[in-house]
Amino acid sequence: MTALPPPSPKKLGLVIDLDTCVGCHACATSCKEWNAGGIAGPLVDERPYGREPLGVWLNRVHSYEVAASAPAQAERPAGEALLEAPAREVPMGAAVQKAPVGTTKVATPTPIGRDVRRSPAVEGGSAAGSAEAAAAAQPALTLHFPRSCLHCETPACVTVCPTGASYKRAADGIVLVDEDKCIGCKLCSWACPYGAREYSEVDGVMKKCTLCVDRIYNEHLDESERVPACVQACPTRARHFGDLGDPDSDVSKLVAERQGMALMPELGYRPVNRYLPPRPRRGADASDDGAAAAGDTVAQSPRHWLNRILGR
Amino acid sequence: MSAPAPNEPVLDLSPCPGDDVRTTTCYMCACRCGIKVWLRDGQIRYLQGNPAHPVNRGVICAKGAAGIMQHYSPARLTRPLLRVGERGSGEFREIEWDEALAIATGWLKPLRERDPDQLAFFTGRDQSQALTGWWAQQFGTVNYAAHGGFCSVNMAAGGLYTLGGSFWEFGEPDWEHTRYLMLWGVAEDHDSNPLKLGLGRLKERGAKIVAVNPVRTGYGAIADEWIGIRPGTDGLFAFALIHELLRMDRIDLDYLVRYADAHWLVVRDPGGAGDGLFARDAEDRVLCWNLDAGAPVPADASGISPAVVGEYALPDGREAVPVFQLVVERYLDAQYSPDAVAGRCGIPAATIRRIARELAVTAFEHPVRLPIAWTDAWGRGHDEMVGRPVAMHAMRGISAHSNGFHTCRALHLLQLLLGAVDTPGSFRFQPPYPKPVPPPNRPGSRRREDGSLDAPPLGFVHGPEDLLVDEQGRPRRIDHAFSWSYPLAAHGMLHTVIRNAHAGDPYRIDTLMMFMANMSWNSAMNTRQTMRWLTDRDADGEYRIPRIIYSDAYASEMVAYADLVLPDTTYLERFDAISLLDRPISDADGAADAIRHPVFDPATQPAADGRAREVRGFQSVLLELGARLGLPGMVDAEGAPAYRDYADYIVRHERAPGVGLLAGWRGAGGDAHGKGAPNPRQLQRYIEHGGYWREEIPEHARYFKMANRGYLQWARGMGFVGGTGAIALQLYAEPLQRFRLAAQGHGERLPPAAHRERVETYFDPLPLWYEPFESAQTGAAQRAHRGAAGGDETAVTPPSPPAGEDSHPYPLHAITQRPMFMYHAWGSQNAWLRQIAARNWLYLHPDTGARHGVADGDWVELESHHGRITVQARLAANVQPDTVWTWNAIGKRRGAWGLAADAPEATRGFLLNHLISDLTPRADYANADPVTGQAAWFDLRVRLRPATEADGRSRPQFAPLPGAAGTGAPLRYAGGRAGRGSAR
Amino acid sequence: MHPALSVIFFTTLSGAGYGLLAWLGLSVLLLHARADVMPALSSLQLWALLLGLVLSTAGLLSSLAHLGRPLRAWRAISQWRTSWLSREGLLALATPLPALALGLMLLWVEPGPGRAIGLGLCGLLLTGLALATVACTAMIYASLPPIPAWRHPLVVPVYLLFALLTGLALLFWLMALLLPPAGTGAAMPATLAVLGALLLACKWLYWREIDRQAPPATRGDAVGLPGRSVSVFERPHTEASFVTREMAFAVARRHALRLRWLASALLLAAPAAAWAVATALPVPVAPLLGTVAAALLAAAFVERWLFFAEARHVVTLYY
Ligand SMILES: Nc1nc2c(c(=O)[nH]1)N[C@H]1C(S)=C(S)[C@@H](COP(=O)(O)OP(=O)(O)OC[C@H]3O[C@@H](n4cnc5c(=O)[nH]c(N)nc54)[C@H](O)[C@@H]3O)O[C@H]1N2
Ligand SMILES: Nc1nc2c(c(=O)[nH]1)N[C@H]1C(S)=C(S)[C@@H](COP(=O)(O)OP(=O)(O)OC[C@H]3O[C@@H](n4cnc5c(=O)[nH]c(N)nc54)[C@H](O)[C@@H]3O)O[C@H]1N2
Ligand code: SF4
Ligand code: SF4
Ligand code: SF4
Ligand code: SF4
Ligand code: SF4
Ligand SMILES: [Mo]
Repeated sequence: MTALPPPSPKKLGLVIDLDTCVGCHACATSCKEWNAGGIAGPLVDERPYGREPLGVWLNRVHSYEVAASAPAQAERPAGEALLEAPAREVPMGAAVQKAPVGTTKVATPTPIGRDVRRSPAVEGGSAAGSAEAAAAAQPALTLHFPRSCLHCETPACVTVCPTGASYKRAADGIVLVDEDKCIGCKLCSWACPYGAREYSEVDGVMKKCTLCVDRIYNEHLDESERVPACVQACPTRARHFGDLGDPDSDVSKLVAERQGMALMPELGYRPVNRYLPPRPRRGADASDDGAAAAGDTVAQSPRHWLNRILGR
Repeated sequence: MSAPAPNEPVLDLSPCPGDDVRTTTCYMCACRCGIKVWLRDGQIRYLQGNPAHPVNRGVICAKGAAGIMQHYSPARLTRPLLRVGERGSGEFREIEWDEALAIATGWLKPLRERDPDQLAFFTGRDQSQALTGWWAQQFGTVNYAAHGGFCSVNMAAGGLYTLGGSFWEFGEPDWEHTRYLMLWGVAEDHDSNPLKLGLGRLKERGAKIVAVNPVRTGYGAIADEWIGIRPGTDGLFAFALIHELLRMDRIDLDYLVRYADAHWLVVRDPGGAGDGLFARDAEDRVLCWNLDAGAPVPADASGISPAVVGEYALPDGREAVPVFQLVVERYLDAQYSPDAVAGRCGIPAATIRRIARELAVTAFEHPVRLPIAWTDAWGRGHDEMVGRPVAMHAMRGISAHSNGFHTCRALHLLQLLLGAVDTPGSFRFQPPYPKPVPPPNRPGSRRREDGSLDAPPLGFVHGPEDLLVDEQGRPRRIDHAFSWSYPLAAHGMLHTVIRNAHAGDPYRIDTLMMFMANMSWNSAMNTRQTMRWLTDRDADGEYRIPRIIYSDAYASEMVAYADLVLPDTTYLERFDAISLLDRPISDADGAADAIRHPVFDPATQPAADGRAREVRGFQSVLLELGARLGLPGMVDAEGAPAYRDYADYIVRHERAPGVGLLAGWRGAGGDAHGKGAPNPRQLQRYIEHGGYWREEIPEHARYFKMANRGYLQWARGMGFVGGTGAIALQLYAEPLQRFRLAAQGHGERLPPAAHRERVETYFDPLPLWYEPFESAQTGAAQRAHRGAAGGDETAVTPPSPPAGEDSHPYPLHAITQRPMFMYHAWGSQNAWLRQIAARNWLYLHPDTGARHGVADGDWVELESHHGRITVQARLAANVQPDTVWTWNAIGKRRGAWGLAADAPEATRGFLLNHLISDLTPRADYANADPVTGQAAWFDLRVRLRPATEADGRSRPQFAPLPGAAGTGAPLRYAGGRAGRGSAR
Repeated sequence: MHPALSVIFFTTLSGAGYGLLAWLGLSVLLLHARADVMPALSSLQLWALLLGLVLSTAGLLSSLAHLGRPLRAWRAISQWRTSWLSREGLLALATPLPALALGLMLLWVEPGPGRAIGLGLCGLLLTGLALATVACTAMIYASLPPIPAWRHPLVVPVYLLFALLTGLALLFWLMALLLPPAGTGAAMPATLAVLGALLLACKWLYWREIDRQAPPATRGDAVGLPGRSVSVFERPHTEASFVTREMAFAVARRHALRLRWLASALLLAAPAAAWAVATALPVPVAPLLGTVAAALLAAAFVERWLFFAEARHVVTLYY
């Protein structure tokens, strides 16, 4: 039914951590193989061994260059950048020694790339203060960016569909295509700003990310494996799945903590998926503090260690 | 589970993921992850990571998940092939296995009787060296090696001669505790998924990641800091960091005297036969100077106060200094100051200083303390484990240079000075490492009564006496490994075999047998000549390399150059052992090994044309060949085959009493681990257990493994080490000094005059830096012209700031990177992976483009001292401006890999290998590291100009191979289910 | 956007057909009570009816070629509550009903007050439905947020104007063929020229505005890093994909400009020239008008091609 169902409290979706994604394409190929044999399958490949191979993929990984956001940061005192690293690890009862008083700075994980011009009202991106933005001078980045359906809350891809093949599930908000109804008019793909719909020329129907609806409720799978194929595969564990409608879910907390972004909220589709922006990079290029360089010289020759008493 | 709303179609949300699931080991690359293969109607429905598996803990990479398309690849070989046309033409006749084995036996039998060395047996990306090396040993040829020599032997040797372990596959960062990780020249590595899991973990924990790499992609993209170093200069950067640590006295001397050789006395007796060797007492124990007593004592004594600097008189009157003194003397020198190296490395001096301070702060102001009591090798108890949370990992960006051995040692030196080896938070050993430094096993060299070699052909030389050279000092091996040219070539030198076999240097061979190595294409340097050498004939019309036997599973470029092709199975159709005797899958907390077992019988897996495939696992074929040849150990007393097949061998073969290929479930009852009698049900136990075995190291034994009594006892019990004495880590590599002394005329085996200067220069027991050979030699003319640095360019170049790279005749560095989604050549036949990259581009910095008048998308000519290629360029700023790069092994030869002849891989993709010479520009040695023989792929220097003829094709192009181009039909893979719906 | 020929044929042909039907309906509506002139017009009206139906149906058939599963096309009318395409489909099915009724009455119902009322109603309905169908077609495009050029308020008027113009040209051509000439007939090309000028004004305004239109988002926005400057390093796949083929079509600016001038010339110059010729020379007007109609259809075709080719989909930000 292409009329959108009333908003469901449950909003299943993905949270993708751009700080951690190394661009390995595991999510793309594992998506392909699960779904080729799943409810969206087959995902046809044309000319698979020929001149211009072209296939249906429900998930694709892009790479970008992001220019530095401001002139390179001034060199900070030695080690300070490190001390900002929150030492959250304490497995095996390890006690990580605290930094000396006075040099510790509490790390504010300012996601880079927050746009100060954006009003806080705009969905998906709470605005950050300009001070924060100014502090967020960041070096150039290489950014890997996986792209699949965002399971929008008000997606035109559904409402434009003339046949009712495109629909949004009332229960959990997953946007699907009923291939038995699809006439292959491609209008929904035009209506999706995110390029998430892929038409199969051979089958004449539209395909898209199913959020692995045939995995996440699949009673044949171990409970821990009832996650989308791409989430299970991701070797850096940069992909998270859960209910973004539930503020207490792990994914919602992650989004809150890391200020997860909705893509192009101004288009009004209200995407459910969120992207966690790269964490601020610590230790940009340096300007020399020559004084420190000279001042901390303690050894000028081996003689410095002559009277060192060591035990073994 | 949610019921569909009215109006919504009814979906089956719980489809059965398959009717059967098998747990085995992936082989889409050498990482060896555990996978679960779901089958539906006899077809692969889905492949996933095995969540229980210690390597990948449930994740899977892009290649692994595309394994379906590898298994069903139309490029699979189907039957044994006998060449009928010219070699290289790809014309074959299909034959039966019996004929194939009879032919191979007929070729090899006389060789073994005449001279086993006339068989050169070289394997590529395979993981059964425990079998292949043993087979070569039983055959009796010294001419055996695997791919390590062109891959990363610099990392292996650099590590094993320093730490007794290495970055490469034998170690890992302490992902749970490190706060600072430096990645040196790593794009992907063999530990593909563990590295990614670890990096994800570091991100979660907020550790800082620094990527030292001329290119910022992949892991570098997520690093906090990218150090866009100029290729080949990492050693200098490391020295500058060491210089800074010394200057600030931020050194863990306690660690160094406890676990390393900082206090060991080195004889200072210039010109003497013992100069530079450790001072030893009458019992051959190394000495140190005890400040308490003012006298020399054995260096491994406890309860002493060893001196780390100073000059001391030995009882025999000679002078000796502690190793640390030598370290300070060398690296505190101003030539290694950040200011001195900054220009050459392309890293601002201030950045170097800052990184050094960050390392020091992290290591010394934030030690990790684990409240775990342990006992050291000397029996002293400690109630906690204190570690330096600085970890490093390095790979081919370091190793694939002609100065890589020393650079790798430099990184280990840096780690040691920080006290950051196998402590909480630092680099950690994976069992069975650490081994004694260097490992005790020497390469086999003598033949026994039964014709077999006295030891496996590969091993570790400890001094000139272990070299494989004849009385004149000429190489005994066809690849010149373990000769005076490449003395520490612990993995052999696959990259020199074809040239030498063609040239008959040092002798002619009869048969070249290769396995899983695409030696006519992406794994060769000087590809064009390599193809010629493989097909060249003598005056009498005989091929210069008379016979070539090759085992591959797919229609690679190399297949066309074989006389006899032995088709292997896919990785889902055979038994394999991922053995601790080989390249284990252990992690720092446990020892592990694994098997691969057949998910399918290949007979049930027809070829693309519908015909049955008659393929056999190469390991089984090798054993049968061995039995036909009557090789020792492969036949019983009656001469009958000793093993039914490889699976049988895995279970029953014992390398030493109680030691077999697999360590799990040994002993008659299957309850012994590590060592124990063969267990006939062993494979079954593995299969029941998800295909792998893992034994945890006890908690108190997981760090300080080199000197942790708990660990050493555990390791001895498992058969990993011979004793429980501490393994001393070596800042100072004494074995190198032995070679240097020989070059200076001391000892019984001396290098021929031609090699003396080289050996003396590069066998420095402390790490050194010199300009990579290709840069130095191609730049020499220019330099001489400028009068800058006359004299011998192979001499160690002082790290003066570079005279503008621009004045170099080949001003750019050209390197490759591994794409995460492709494994060398063999990913391109994969219908899914090739869609990610069906071609490659040459990436260059926009400034470099501007300087050369090259715009994005332009075709350019790239020229090295050796050759020229025409390729398409792309501009991207995430690269050091003096470096150009491309993805490795995307370019294919037309007609290979079952691809259409107009596939972009062949028409627009390209190989950088066409530009890489297999010799140095001066043509005196292989294009390799002078210590280990490691191929120097990344030494390549090039110049660039817009292409004069651009027709949208890359150059060179070679005659197409007569491969069966895949059908043009769309692929509607549906995992065992008839494709939903049907085409219109 | 990829300019698919099937869609371009569809919108131009059906546009002209519906335009013709709309004029026909209007003429019937205006004249239905004029018993004096109706008989003389009925053959013209019947021919117009036939041509209108043929063109709109041909257009619709051509649009079926664009479908992956044409046999299921019937499903397309089910979602009229949300989908403009569905509405268009419904209206396209409804439009022939008054047209056929009109035809039936013209052919077989005796003139009289009843027929007049019937004709009037059918005429009204026909005009309404035909124009509504065209408006729905336009709304399919105008309702797509990811394609800002199509969101422009002039899109619907231009679609309607094109339908009316090409429909009128066809009607005039039929009139010239079927009705006894009244004067030189120069008024007809003149009307077309004026209408063409109006359309052209709209179109140039549209072009000017879309040329200046800022993309609704930046590449930074698209990847969740608003405010950062982002450029493409590597595409996900080195070769083409559905998305790049369908959505990442790019036409060179110079080429587009040439086509704009071509469309303009056809739109304005053709009727103007015909007008001049008809005024100056004693030539039969029918062939002139036929040429003008063909030129206007060609103009519509070129304009429609540009409508697609020049429209940038936001998804191109990713590529
Ligand atoms: N320019 C450049 N060149 C390089 C490198 C570089 O970085 N830059 N890297 C070098 C390094 S480190 C390496 S290791 C080499 C790798 O080079 P190779 O080891 O040659 O790698 P491939 O060509 O992928 O694989 C070798 C062969 O194994 C075959 N094969 C695959 N699966 C099986 C199987 O199951 N059984 C059998 N019998 N055969 C199989 C493939 O079909 C292929 O022909 O490349 C080297 N070449
Ligand atoms: N996906 C995938 N995984 C693989 C393989 C594969 O083909 N595909 N191959 C496997 C094999 S055989 C191997 S040997 C390993 C190799 O694993 P890696 O060593 O990680 O592989 P390379 O791509 O050779 O990486 C070399 C890196 O060093 C950088 N580099 C080049 N020169 C220098 C230098 O002078 N200094 C520094 N600091 N960096 C430099 C390059 O930019 C590149 O990022 O990967 C293994 N894993
Ligand atoms: S991402 Fe695209 S396809 Fe997915 S729901 Fe949103 S608009 Fe629809
Ligand atoms: S292509 Fe299929 S799913 Fe998309 S709008 Fe058309 S009918 Fe609906
Ligand atoms: S959720 Fe499933 S369908 Fe969607 S991208 Fe991930 S694997 Fe593909
Ligand atoms: S699998 Fe994970 S790391 Fe790899 S590309 Fe996808 S999101 Fe990124
Ligand atoms: S990393 Fe290698 S072994 Fe592991 S899943 Fe990927 S291809 Fe397979
Ligand atoms: Mo390698």
